[in-house]
Formats: sequence, structure tokens, C-alpha cells
Amino acid sequence: MTYAALPATPSVADERGIVLHNEKVNAEYRHLVVGTSALAATAKPGQFFQLACPQPPGETPYLRRPMSVYGADPKAHTVSFLYKVAGAGTRGLAMLRQGDRCGLMGPLGHGFWLDQAWRNIVVLGRGVGLATLGPLAGMAQKAGVGVTAILSARSPALVMSEEVFREAGAHVIAVTDSEGTADPANVDRLMRGLIADGLCAAMFTCGSSRLLKLLQKLARAHDLPGQVALEQQMACGLGMCFCCVRDFIVDGQTEHRRVCWDGPVFDLREAVA
Amino acid sequence: MIDMSVRIGSLTLANPVMPASGTFAEGMAQVFDLNALGALVTKTITAELRTGNPLPRVAEVPGGMLNAIGIPSKGVPYFLTKILPLYRDCRAPLFVSISAPTAEGFAELAAAVSVPGVTGIEANISCPNIEEDGRAFAQRAGATEAAIRLIKAATHLPVWAKLSPNVGDVAEIARAAEEAGADALVVSNTILAMAIDLENFRPKLGNTMGGLSGPAIKPIVLRQVYQCARAVKIPVIGCGGIATAHDAAEFMVAGAAAVQVGTASFINSRTMLEVIDGLAQFCAQRGFARVAELTGAIRLEADHAQTAEMETVA
Repeated sequence: MTYAALPATPSVADERGIVLHNEKVNAEYRHLVVGTSALAATAKPGQFFQLACPQPPGETPYLRRPMSVYGADPKAHTVSFLYKVAGAGTRGLAMLRQGDRCGLMGPLGHGFWLDQAWRNIVVLGRGVGLATLGPLAGMAQKAGVGVTAILSARSPALVMSEEVFREAGAHVIAVTDSEGTADPANVDRLMRGLIADGLCAAMFTCGSSRLLKLLQKLARAHDLPGQVALEQQMACGLGMCFCCVRDFIVDGQTEHRRVCWDGPVFDLREAVA
Repeated sequence: MIDMSVRIGSLTLANPVMPASGTFAEGMAQVFDLNALGALVTKTITAELRTGNPLPRVAEVPGGMLNAIGIPSKGVPYFLTKILPLYRDCRAPLFVSISAPTAEGFAELAAAVSVPGVTGIEANISCPNIEEDGRAFAQRAGATEAAIRLIKAATHLPVWAKLSPNVGDVAEIARAAEEAGADALVVSNTILAMAIDLENFRPKLGNTMGGLSGPAIKPIVLRQVYQCARAVKIPVIGCGGIATAHDAAEFMVAGAAAVQVGTASFINSRTMLEVIDGLAQFCAQRGFARVAELTGAIRLEADHAQTAEMETVA
């Protein structure tokens, strides 16, 4: 009988990185690039970091904030994040200036995986979820997997990761609320077209429970595999505190899984939207 | 070279720093070698299967956090076959934290986890989320004594009683645990607390009430460690808001033989390593050859002590 064992060497860095860049990319999002150790820069698409947040005036973000990896460069030893300023933690992150120290722990959790049998995949995401899905473009390109990316946002200016997908050779379809193209019926129609054309061996999503439900329905109807990157409030990030559990349905039974430890990327069909 | 070893009853630990139950699991080994720690303490397990509390399970407050996780547990067989083997090559002694709804349940569980690979048992008789309205064994001397006595009879392993801070006279509970045969006390657990979101008037925790932890509770627990250490002869392990080596040194000077670090590991997973190194530096700077010399080294002026007594009574 073989047992799982504790790792012989660390796979997660907990360190003080140095802020190389932290600038607005549009009205809502900022791009943070941190100089890190070699270990931290091994981060893979779908993995995340716990970021220590400076305290904005009058607010006390005590816990670190989980943030998915937008990019990692193992040669330059950098990790980057694309975040939306939404609460005390991200307001604190927005205060970081070039040259500041930034406490971070990672890479954490399990990222996306690609099956060699998949020739073409579809990536469908919305809002801040597009930051999480962005690095999947390069990963698929390296693996020789064709990508169609349906990127959903409130307005064209808020469609994130479009360049990342285009540069990686993906076919990009942007859909927005302001143009009336992001409604579920239109996205469903686009998806069915891609499936019919044989361009969807697997589907990937992040950032919208409505889109997750839509994909789950299609995945079941067409018996297609898929993955979803989930978000949840976290405390420890290492599977220790059980604060970030979500429901999953596995073989008809509901069970709790820790987003930080068992995910944050999960089987699309098992997740409960 | 500072001698960092400490004695907890019949056990010698390589150093006085260990994780607080519920803030440690095998995931920490992804960051550093667990052999650096004085001991390991598991998340509390129960015999019954528990899914835990509704979300949100954690909320931030100034100086710390509230949690109401609700002790999710997959039971004893899962622990023995899936969790315990992970630590089989680890030199740091492993304490299993247990909880049960009855004293008999505590005893049965203690017997079930008294297996090779387990160094001792931490009896979590204090978790404020378990019993109705936050009450727990450790809130009553009689219930504490009954539970610890049955646990001691059920196992040959050392038993640490984890007390609750949510009591009027913690020394009375400490004495009850000692009387029942506890080998050491862990002082303390989280402080029963709550927070409300004024956007929607809803409690910030799914369980309404939860436990406050973090730097905010350190002075309160330090006082309780002091009171317990004066009340009993068995070792006291301090636990509450420790985030730095100086925090740990304060607890030891107040009477703790060792310390547990919990919430601070969420802010910096290497906190325990930093506390160990910092304690050695503190000892070197202050001329202590052994870290154990810090335990109970508090200096009290005679009249100062008398005032403290009077205020305790009042």
C-alpha cells in the first residue's frame, strides 16, 4: 500500500516581492507585476497567489486576498495580476507603487489542464474571470490546441485579455451588454455553433455563474468535458482553515471541497453554480 | 547557541512553537519543512461526520478575524487512513485535536486515535461553536473534570486540555483539568464574538456567532495564561494572538512553557519559523542560555501583585 507523503521540497513561496508595475488599464482594472523568487514564478495558468494588501485610509484588510495568476515569467522571475478595484483589499493593492515591497504566497492550488486529444477548445468568460482565463491562451498555443475565446463584459472597454488571446492565435469573439450581444441566448447560440463545427473538444470558464450554468447544460447535452475556475472568500490559502468550501455534486452526492486546495480549477460538471 | 528545547510533562519538544489547531494541515508542508516545529497539532476531528457551518465562515475585524467553521470532520477512519500517514516521516511530535458532544464520546475518540504515530491528544473542550449558544465543556469545572478524567482513562498518551477563554474564572477550570489528570493546558481558544454588516443588517458569519482570534485577543489571553500558570503545576501552553517572537516571549514570561501560533500563519505562513528564530535571538540578547528559562520569569513587585489579586476579585 502506498501513501501520499509530505513534499520533500517546498512548492510554495511565501515572500516579499518587489512591485515592478501597478497601473490602471481602464476605468476599473489595474495590472500589477511583481518581481519574485524563481519558485513563485513557476506559477501555471489557473493557479493563484495570496496577496498582502496595504491598508487604505480607514480600512483594515487583515487577511490576504486570493488573486489568480494573469502571467508568470520563470526566466524574468515575475508574476502578474489583473485585478478589479472592488473592496478594501483591492483598494489597498491599488496603493502599491513601483519599488514597494509586496507580500505574496504562491503559486497555490491546481490550475487548468489540457488533454492531448483535444484539438480545439472554447474559452468563455466574463468580467474579472477573463484575467484568470487569459494565461490559458498561451498554454493552449504551446500545446498546439486551437482556441476560440468568447469574452463577455459590460462594455467593449472592459473586455479583458483580448490582446492576450489574439496574440496567442485564438479566434476572439467579444460580447458585451452595451452592444446587446452578451445575453445568454446569443452566447448559447455561439456555443452551439462551435460545438456543431467540431471546435469544442472541451470548454473552460470563469467569472459568471450564469455562464457556468449555460456551459454545464451544454456539456451534459453534448457529453463534453470542461473546467471552471472558481472564486471564494479565503483565509489561509493552503487548505488548512476550511473557510473557502463550496458545494460540488459528485456521483449524485453533494460534497464540500476547498477552493484553495482542491481547486481553484474544478471539473465543470461537478461544480454547483 | 541557545537551548530551545522545552519540557511539556514527560515530553521534550525541540522548541516551544507549534501550530494552533484549525490553522494547520499538510498544506503547510508546501511552504516549509514541518520538522522545524516543536510539535504539530491537527485540526479537530470528531467521530461523527460533520459538514460544518454555513458560509461565510470568516469575517475580518480590526486586529483579527472571526471564524465559525463548525468543525467539518470526515470521521476517524478517514483520519487514520488518509491524514495520519502523511506525517509518518515527520520527527515533530503529532498531537491530535479531538472533540465530541459527550464525555463518553471524548473517551471513545481518544482511544480510537491512540495509535502509533500519534504522540498525544489535545482535547478541544472549548470550541465555542459546537454547543448550543456557544456553551462548551470548558465553561464548567464539573464538565471539564468529567471529560478529562474519562479521556485519561481511555488512553495511555499525554492529554492536553484546551480551555475556553469564555469563562469568568479560568483558573477554576484550569484546576479542574489538572485535578482530572490533564498533562498540560492549552490556554486558550477563540473568544466568542460576532459582527453585523450594516449594509443589510445581517450577521457577517453564517453561524451568526463565532470566535475572535488574532492580535486583538492577545492581552486577554496573556492574562488568562498568567492566571492559569499560577493556579496549576502542569505546563501551560499559550495560544491567542501570537504573531511575533516578542508576543511568544511575553506568553512564556507570563508562565507558558510553550506557545501555539494560529491566525498569524494566515497572514504569513512562515510566522512560526520567524517566532522560533526570534525567540532564540531574544534569549541571546537578554542573556538566557535556555528558552525554558523564560517560563514564569515575570517579575512582580509585592504590592503590585496584591493589587492584581484585588482587581481579580473585584
